[in-house]
Amino acid sequence: MAKILPLYGKAAVLTVRIGVLGILFAMLVGLLCSVVRQMKIPVLKQLASVYIELSRNTPLLVQLFFIYYGLPKIGIKTDPETCGVAGLAFLGGSYMAEAFRSGLEAVGKIQHESALSLGLTGLQTFRYVILPQAFAISIPGITANVIFLLKETSVFSAISLMDLMFTAKDQIGLYYKTTECLVLLVVFYLLILLPVSLLGSLLERRVRHAEFGT
Amino acid sequence: MQSLGLEVLFKGKNFARLLGGLWTALQISLISIAISMVLGTLLGILVGRKNGIGRVLMRCYLEFIHIMPQMVLLFIVFFGTAKAFGWNLSGELSSVIVFSLWGTAEMSDLVRGAVTSVPVIQYESAMALGLSRPQVFRFVILPQALRRLIPQSINLITRMIKTTSLVLMIGVVEILKVGQQIIEANRKSSPNAAFGVYLTIFLLYFMLCWPVSLLARQLEKRWG
Repeated sequence: MAKILPLYGKAAVLTVRIGVLGILFAMLVGLLCSVVRQMKIPVLKQLASVYIELSRNTPLLVQLFFIYYGLPKIGIKTDPETCGVAGLAFLGGSYMAEAFRSGLEAVGKIQHESALSLGLTGLQTFRYVILPQAFAISIPGITANVIFLLKETSVFSAISLMDLMFTAKDQIGLYYKTTECLVLLVVFYLLILLPVSLLGSLLERRVRHAEFGT
Repeated sequence: MQSLGLEVLFKGKNFARLLGGLWTALQISLISIAISMVLGTLLGILVGRKNGIGRVLMRCYLEFIHIMPQMVLLFIVFFGTAKAFGWNLSGELSSVIVFSLWGTAEMSDLVRGAVTSVPVIQYESAMALGLSRPQVFRFVILPQALRRLIPQSINLITRMIKTTSLVLMIGVVEILKVGQQIIEANRKSSPNAAFGVYLTIFLLYFMLCWPVSLLARQLEKRWG
């Protein structure tokens, strides 16, 4: 047990690091996609739609296999960690885009018009008026996506990243202490996911208060 | 022009084998989907009722399934129960058990959400019009709840189809595993097979899930 615990700790840190990086990139991708679609920029808009459909309708495991084993064959080589982050960003981007889109759509048209009539430029309107409101509305969707993406990190062991799943499988193979290893696995995932889940419901409640305030 | 490794697919029965692998994964998901839809609906209706211990147990089950990655659940059922109870579940059976447990939890949530989404005033008005309880449920609540439930359950189906790709990790020979075998077998003759094969698998999954997603969106738009 004393031998295994540090390994799990290390694996958990790796899981969280890749998860956080991947989620940040996913948010970036999602924001870009939703802005491009909202502003109806030609070509880019269609590209974003194609990307969203591709990413939402394929499993992360298949995406990872393609990025990690397939892409090097045409000269795009990546190490497992970059690949994990890229995979998570590719998958998460579309989910985040949907969350942001619902937020953007919920902001009334009158907000846009009022801001413009006050003399703000289009960019300023978006930055100071639309985005803050849209973000608040999309928070429940975003936290749900964050939890979903953190859970999805469990498939990283397939591309030989030493994450929690990988460590558990490894230790089971080494010592046959199946029950202990699995219990630890559950405990560590709970340690990562429970706080996020609690924080999510807390945020959601606050957002609901904000909505009542308006 | 570098080879994209697509030629492997046309060798022998390789493409048919890939499709066979997809069918294995699809069978697991279809069985789990069928079980989940039935059990989830029952559970979703029951969980709304207020009775002490059963309710607490139910909440624990739902919360645990929701928060744990499906991979962890697969490991628990595949490796954990083998050790604890001494039986030897096949990979296929373990995955059906796990995806049914997970699907049931998700489905029950959708059902509960759909039923509670019907405003109370609908119940009260129907009662005031003199409808009996079964009538209220059958003619007033059910049609409204279903409009919300059906698109969401179709979405759940695509999620379950996508998630079954995980069974690779407990040794079920599904499409990714078949892909690996094909790539290994043709390592010498077409070293770039990994690109072509994984791209094909990617597109196959897409072609499987995309129409279903579109259907869900259409229904959502029409009934929303």
